[in-house]
Amino acid sequence: MEVIKIVGTDDTPSVTLDVANEIFEISGRSLPEDVAVFYEPILDWIDRYSEEATGKTIFNFKLVYFNTASSKMILDILLKLEEMHEAGKDVLVRWHYPEDDEDMEEAGEEYSDIVDVPFEQISYSLD
Amino acid sequence: MDGNKDFLEFVYSFNESMESKNVKLVYKGEITHQVTKAFTSITETNMMVEEEPNSVQKKVFHVIVEFLQNISKHADYMGDESHEEGSGVFLLCKDDENYVITTGNILMKQKEAAIGEVLDKINSLDKEGLKALYKQQIKEGRLSDKGGAGLGFIDIAKKTGNPLDYKFVPLNDEFSFFIISSTISRTQNFD
Repeated sequence: MEVIKIVGTDDTPSVTLDVANEIFEISGRSLPEDVAVFYEPILDWIDRYSEEATGKTIFNFKLVYFNTASSKMILDILLKLEEMHEAGKDVLVRWHYPEDDEDMEEAGEEYSDIVDVPFEQISYSLD
Repeated sequence: MDGNKDFLEFVYSFNESMESKNVKLVYKGEITHQVTKAFTSITETNMMVEEEPNSVQKKVFHVIVEFLQNISKHADYMGDESHEEGSGVFLLCKDDENYVITTGNILMKQKEAAIGEVLDKINSLDKEGLKALYKQQIKEGRLSDKGGAGLGFIDIAKKTGNPLDYKFVPLNDEFSFFIISSTISRTQNFD
């Protein structure tokens, strides 16, 4: 599959979707002007990937900020990962949050309550 | 040049009024993505200089983003020349205890009841209630054609821990001016 590699800006996240190197990651800030335009290619890619995935998929979210319009798109990604998990694929979500950011930690907890997929919360230090 | 002198007097009293209410930033006009980015960037820089705790910085940032996005997507157009589409007023106030972020925009009166109902419900809920409402809304709410997910106000109340003050001021038979305000404590422990 083609590799998706988007370099982040101050309002859009960095995205790497790379099957050969087993990297599935969204990081940084997400408050794009048009969330649908930004996330549609990512959701399409995951749809196609979910058909052919064979190995383990570890999907990393390492966001420092996202607005509520993005939160719905993040849920859509997680729902696709849930479908893969339900279809018997080996999927793990890793939700990284800055150690002093309770809101981001809580966001991870809420997502893990909503979707049925193996989910790990990992705190990291910003220093 | 009496008119000009009046105007200069107005500027002076405008400045005095802003100072008396601790207004640090004010804007009136069309709210675009660029405007939102400019305000978040200015405010972030100021908060960093003042060494505001990270959690406060993020909450203030979030309220600015959600409130302004709300105006750009939902402000109604009254059809006169003095009000542009997607426009409104934005104020950021700060005193020793709180940041207060307030926006105002024109709204069709027929939307008042629904918005008031949602805000009253949000203001009646505690943190656990807001979390439950947020989960329900993110699962059931579809992204509208304008890109809103109906989550903004719920999320603001949940993260700030404070109710949302609001008011509808009637303009004519068809339109009102909708004002909404969120308070972020600079000192409170958010747990």
